Amino acid sequence: MNLSMKWLNDYVKADMPIKDFVAGITMSGSKVETYSEMRGEVDKVVVGKVLEIKKHEDSDKLWICQVDVGQEAPIQIVTAATNVFAGAFIPVVLDGGTVIDRHNNTVAKIKKGKLRGAESCGMFCSFEELGMDNSDFPYSSADGVLILNDDPDFDKIKIGEDVLKFVGLDDISVEFEITNNRPDCLSVLGLARETSATFGLPYNVKEPTFKGAGGDINSELSVTVENPQLCSRYMAAKVKNVKIAPSPRWMVERLRASGVRAINNLVDITNFVMLEYGHPMHAFDARYVAGNKIIVRNAKDGETLKLLDDAKEPVKLSPEMLVICDAEKPMAVAGVMGGEYSGIWDDTTEVIFESACFDGVSVRRTARKVGERTEASSRFEKGLDPINAKNALYRALQLVEELGCGEVVSNVIDVDNSNKTPHKLKHDYKWVNNFLGADIPEEEQIDILERLGFEYDRANHEITVPSVRIDMNLPCDIGEEIARIYGYNKIASTIPKLSSRSRITKEQRFADKLVNIMISQGCLETMTFSFISPKSYEKIRLPEEQRKSVTLLRPLGEDTSVMRTTMIPSMTELIVRNINNRTPAGRFFELGRIYLPKSTPEELPEERDVLCIGAYGPDEDFFTLKGIVEAIFDETGINAKFSRSADPTFHTGRCADITAGNVKIGTIGELHPIVAENYGVKERIYIASLDTAAMCELADTEIRYRQLPKFPAISRDLSLVCDDSTESGEIIEIINRAGKHLEQVTLFDMYKGAGVPEGKKSLSYKLVMRREDKTMEAEEADKSVEKILKALGEKNITLR
Amino acid sequence: MMKEQLQKIREQAAAEIAALSDTKALDDLRVKFLGKKGELTAILKQMGSLSAEERPVMGQLANDVRTQLENAISEKAEALKAAVTEQRLKTEAVDVTMPGTKRSIGTRHPLNIVLEDLKSIFRGMGYTVVDGPEVEETKYVFDMLNTDEGHPAREPSDTFYITENTLLRTQTSSVQIRTMLKEKPPIAIISPGRVYRPDAVDGTHSPIFHQCEGLVIDKNITFGDLKGTLENFAKSLYGNDVKLRFRPHHFPYTEPSAEVDLSCFKCGGKGCSLCKGEGWIEMLGSGVVHPQVLINCGIDPNEYSGFAFGIGLERIAMMRYNIDDMRLLYENDARFLSQF
Repeated sequence: MNLSMKWLNDYVKADMPIKDFVAGITMSGSKVETYSEMRGEVDKVVVGKVLEIKKHEDSDKLWICQVDVGQEAPIQIVTAATNVFAGAFIPVVLDGGTVIDRHNNTVAKIKKGKLRGAESCGMFCSFEELGMDNSDFPYSSADGVLILNDDPDFDKIKIGEDVLKFVGLDDISVEFEITNNRPDCLSVLGLARETSATFGLPYNVKEPTFKGAGGDINSELSVTVENPQLCSRYMAAKVKNVKIAPSPRWMVERLRASGVRAINNLVDITNFVMLEYGHPMHAFDARYVAGNKIIVRNAKDGETLKLLDDAKEPVKLSPEMLVICDAEKPMAVAGVMGGEYSGIWDDTTEVIFESACFDGVSVRRTARKVGERTEASSRFEKGLDPINAKNALYRALQLVEELGCGEVVSNVIDVDNSNKTPHKLKHDYKWVNNFLGADIPEEEQIDILERLGFEYDRANHEITVPSVRIDMNLPCDIGEEIARIYGYNKIASTIPKLSSRSRITKEQRFADKLVNIMISQGCLETMTFSFISPKSYEKIRLPEEQRKSVTLLRPLGEDTSVMRTTMIPSMTELIVRNINNRTPAGRFFELGRIYLPKSTPEELPEERDVLCIGAYGPDEDFFTLKGIVEAIFDETGINAKFSRSADPTFHTGRCADITAGNVKIGTIGELHPIVAENYGVKERIYIASLDTAAMCELADTEIRYRQLPKFPAISRDLSLVCDDSTESGEIIEIINRAGKHLEQVTLFDMYKGAGVPEGKKSLSYKLVMRREDKTMEAEEADKSVEKILKALGEKNITLR
Repeated sequence: MMKEQLQKIREQAAAEIAALSDTKALDDLRVKFLGKKGELTAILKQMGSLSAEERPVMGQLANDVRTQLENAISEKAEALKAAVTEQRLKTEAVDVTMPGTKRSIGTRHPLNIVLEDLKSIFRGMGYTVVDGPEVEETKYVFDMLNTDEGHPAREPSDTFYITENTLLRTQTSSVQIRTMLKEKPPIAIISPGRVYRPDAVDGTHSPIFHQCEGLVIDKNITFGDLKGTLENFAKSLYGNDVKLRFRPHHFPYTEPSAEVDLSCFKCGGKGCSLCKGEGWIEMLGSGVVHPQVLINCGIDPNEYSGFAFGIGLERIAMMRYNIDDMRLLYENDARFLSQF
């Protein structure tokens, strides 16, 4: 909403400095986005009168003028304009002044200078150079300078006066961001009311009236509302002997400052009233209202209407849409836009004004369906007031008479099914104070409410809400009105005494622990989008049955269209991006979420938290990543097992399922070379994906102190030879099963090559044995080793 | 005679000690003079042949020589040891300006650093952190929050729908509704998490971003309590000099509602490029919980009242670290992440 300060001042005298106005009105709830002086960059332009004009001696095209600009002596101006004459009143930009250079879209600074030897102390301006256009000066042309003698207000002109005042550029346009609950503030009057309340200034608005030129509208027009649910009030008025002409300057100025271009008096009146009262109106040329009938009804299947916009194709209407029809056909989509014949033409002689209340939800849906969210529809959809509909219509008729652009038929048609019972609310000043935590005296509260236009009944402590204030329903609404006008920042701040206490869940502690471990392992925490491209599943060779995902109805693009069921594509993508950025190595982790759909899309998916870890670079391999994962298990007391896996995303020989008990908690591996290739890289990428909920369930993070050993340990190293296919995990299991008093079994070397037969490998383990009750004897240790070797021997694993 | 011999030994030993330069030679010298078959010992063995008058005199002299020898040897030993140590330190000297051997430590994501700050501030004030689903039902995101059918926030242009009744939450207020339905007041929670809105990715927009919303429901909670709480929060985050400005606004689920501006922490309110010359930075939205929202959740608005607020993590992180492009937060460039 762009507000003309001049227009506002017609109703409330807000003549404080603009900065104070903007700050005050923002802090009472009408937020100012920005404001701008209408003069823009135009400066030092005055009204000049050409006293004398003669040809330049050295030029065919230039003229030398003596111009009275209100100074002691006339100044000399050299011009190439062809429409200058002695006696012409023209805007003159003086030495040092600035005007708009439309062709280059810049500001031009004018300086005294010589043109072919003749001194020129200023420049004549066209309306373009003042930043205006033809609609502001219909009598002038952009080709020549602006001759003010033709202006309807010529009699008010003064030589030497700032021309901006004369042409109405002495205004300020204030841009408001009006919240959804206050459609009434999308109007000059609404903001005048707020201004009055905020600054304590009188609000001078009278109910509009018109005289009428006689006649009875009922003999010339009939209105039928077939669906009063969607149209609670429909008013129509008629104007005869219409004289289409440009609007007066004050109206053009105000429209311009509100961001609306003037067109002609009748069209301008509807726009003017919409801005002033916040109520959209429509004007029909009576010639095209067939049968002199207006019927407000739902559209019929198959009906179409070509709208007033530039679209070539007519829009298809459907039965849920409300349309304004004549005896034969739809003329307008109610509250949205008129049809091509519903407007005002240069030869229009009779006009029918419509001022109505249409159902907001219906208008919104219809507007969306026909693809036309207009100024009118955006107002109707918030819900408009039936009383204001009448005021708007009367104001329009008043303006028709004031501007002398036609004869108004003395009465209007009013099909009114609206509820106009006054809306009353109880006011309890103590409740308000308790609610706000404030101490605002009753009188001050009443004063605030009255300033806002609420009628106050002191006997019953009751307010009557103005009908435009659709947002007032509950005591807390009154509380807000009082708070915002009193001043939010004047209400004392207090700290509540909370009777609740902070709790931390096991899952939250576990997540914190995981993060700490990841940081300790040198991993950078990442943050990836939770929606991905469905093509990612193909890229990571995810089995078909795991690809079913929660799918967005209208995603921004294919690459963000499904909610991920795995974090591997997100991790792979970010690693690939880092590889492409030529970062040589990296370790990453993310505690992210995956979304596993249920059988129907109406059911919410299962959301699971996943810890995804990724690594790449010359120093990383399967075992460095496994080391990171093992750090988690060591720290959280999870007894996890790694077993070879055939997950198609990963390298067939370098992938393991991670289980604990019977629960699968994750997968670890090197990405399959085809997967890496699908992402356009050759580098080896290592990824682990762990289910945090499953881990949290299994975790044993309780710390129990164990006494330090009292007796010395004995250690033995075993170098074993086994088949290449034998896995170390299996050997350790055999050792643990067969040995006695084993405290630790660690693999410290793996060797293949000379000395070890083809198809075999050598694995070396350190065994640490200790008794808790006494010093372990060497013989006992040797016996234990013997047993272990025997057990290993059965599996064809021998000492090297 | 014996006296001369002792003198000679003393001089000879002193000369030899001075000349030698390693511990082995010193050990040999000790044996040579003081050992069982050493020269001094040999002389002492002749004591028996001395007269009774001479014996104590010579005995005294011999002991003196012995003590002197022993002292000289041990002094020499220490000097030699010191020299060895000195030599070792010299050869082991390093270039202390060379870089240390590092074990790389990971980093947290800037958004989570901010979130951790928020969590600890609010936990300190007695709040509990709660979590909830990101794929939500419209009733928890809109209906129960007073955002009826027809409200612009529900438009498909502002919301990612999954079906007509399920969507990606546009705010974490849904978690507040779920909490109020599940728990009886008193309630004091914050609900951090991901939220989704169909904004194309650019320097200041992202279809996924992060919020931390808060909710307090208790007896006699007022608008003043909301102000005090947020002031406390802002001071914990930005220091005691920060000022807050509460500006009337509208949210369907709070009444009164306020947007909260912070005095610019870069210029302190004088006006700079960060605050676009205004001296204030828009920080968060807040308000007193609308009674209808309480009723929707089965809480009696005559008995209980409360306030709610919502903070954008991206905004805080970007301003704190001077990050000028939101995309950096989700691109996960190691060169970016490792700075935090």
